[in-house]
Amino acid sequence: MPKLRVATVWFSGCSGCHMSFLDLDERLLEFAERAELAFSPIADVKEFPEDVDVVLIEGAVGNTEHLRELLEIRKKAKILVALGDCAVTGNVPSMRNPLPREEVLRAVYAKDDPPGLEEGEVPKLLPQALPLHAVVRVDFFLPGCPPPADRIWKFLRPLLFGEQPQLSGPDLKFG
Amino acid sequence: MISLTIDGIRVQAEEGETILEAAKKAGIRIPTLCYLEGLSPRGACRICLVEVRNWGGRLVPSCATPVQEGMEVVANSPRLRELRRTILEMIFVERNHICAFCVSNGHCELQDLAMELGMDHVRFPYRWPLLPLDLSHEKYGIDHNRCVLCGRCVRACAEVEGAMTWGFSGRGIFTLVEADLGDPWGKSKTCTGCGKCVQACPTGALFEKGKATSEQVKKPEIIMEVTERRPRA
Ligand code: SF4
Ligand code: SF4
Ligand code: SF4
Ligand code: FES
Repeated sequence: MPKLRVATVWFSGCSGCHMSFLDLDERLLEFAERAELAFSPIADVKEFPEDVDVVLIEGAVGNTEHLRELLEIRKKAKILVALGDCAVTGNVPSMRNPLPREEVLRAVYAKDDPPGLEEGEVPKLLPQALPLHAVVRVDFFLPGCPPPADRIWKFLRPLLFGEQPQLSGPDLKFG
Repeated sequence: MISLTIDGIRVQAEEGETILEAAKKAGIRIPTLCYLEGLSPRGACRICLVEVRNWGGRLVPSCATPVQEGMEVVANSPRLRELRRTILEMIFVERNHICAFCVSNGHCELQDLAMELGMDHVRFPYRWPLLPLDLSHEKYGIDHNRCVLCGRCVRACAEVEGAMTWGFSGRGIFTLVEADLGDPWGKSKTCTGCGKCVQACPTGALFEKGKATSEQVKKPEIIMEVTERRPRA
């Protein structure tokens, strides 16, 4: 059986979801038996590959780069998973959403001409940080800030064996 | 005594009891949010909706609907589950709920409902309103971002403490709970500082000062404890 091609992506999030993924510890060995990491911030791959079976995305859609990448990833990945609260609800990055984008950038970075105000070296900040499903179809939602490693495993393991993951009750806890 | 059925189970109830109370006695779980034992029912949140089969499938809030002879109540069904989840999602999009940074994270009735009703995400667009926080009170604070407008604070203050500090201002999604006539809570002439509103609040909207993320544990059952010893409102 060919290995499942899994990718992980890091948008507007704190990397906590990726840390939680690494917290799978010895279960990562079991993961490696059935899957390969096709793309990830922890793998040295530059371009998002064409034939990805499952992509786990951490973080909200915060800027134009995330937006562009997300639309491309949706075309290339069979199963798209919102990993963690920022990807599922907007969470912490969305705390800026009630305020105008310009005001936030000026208050945090620089009074005049802050990075992200316009397209430049730093991508332009979107008016609001969005959950993934506000932009593309999302196949599975894995809430938690971060989702505990046990929850990630409960979700991933069935996928590795070609089954449908089904989270419920305490495994759906936000925060 | 009144006879009715709930989810096909024959139930006996006293005249004047609500469907929710009858269901509780029969061990049938109906999720609630604005209901709190010891306070008058308000029917504000609609989470407790049930279907009355022989009323043409009409939906009624079980916390505020008295039992009637021969009623056939459906308390749990895929349709009701979907309706309750939809209502819950509308509550979530109305304000800003960032559980990860909420005083009530892990001890919140709204968060618990999301788990119970299988809400893995919210299907409506979030509103992300700009809402104030009032920290003017010596002991407590109110964060309107987390308020679900259940009115449990309003009723606890009026019916149990008798201070009538809290009220609603505005309409619809623009409603806010306000102390006195919109004064900062700390300036309130009526608030006795008893904290009943804080204990009655199901979410992180009302909290004790000094409580950080996840530290606010509420004791809503004190409302029932206190009222049990005196005539009910
Ligand atoms: S009030 Fe409850 S649901 Fe809202 S952010 Fe706080 S813990 Fe989450
Ligand atoms: S602390 Fe007591 S008196 Fe003051 S608003 Fe709350 S319930 Fe009312
Ligand atoms: S402050 Fe709390 S108790 Fe009062 S209406 Fe809002 S959520 Fe309900
Ligand atoms: S609990 Fe019945 S309407 Fe809110």
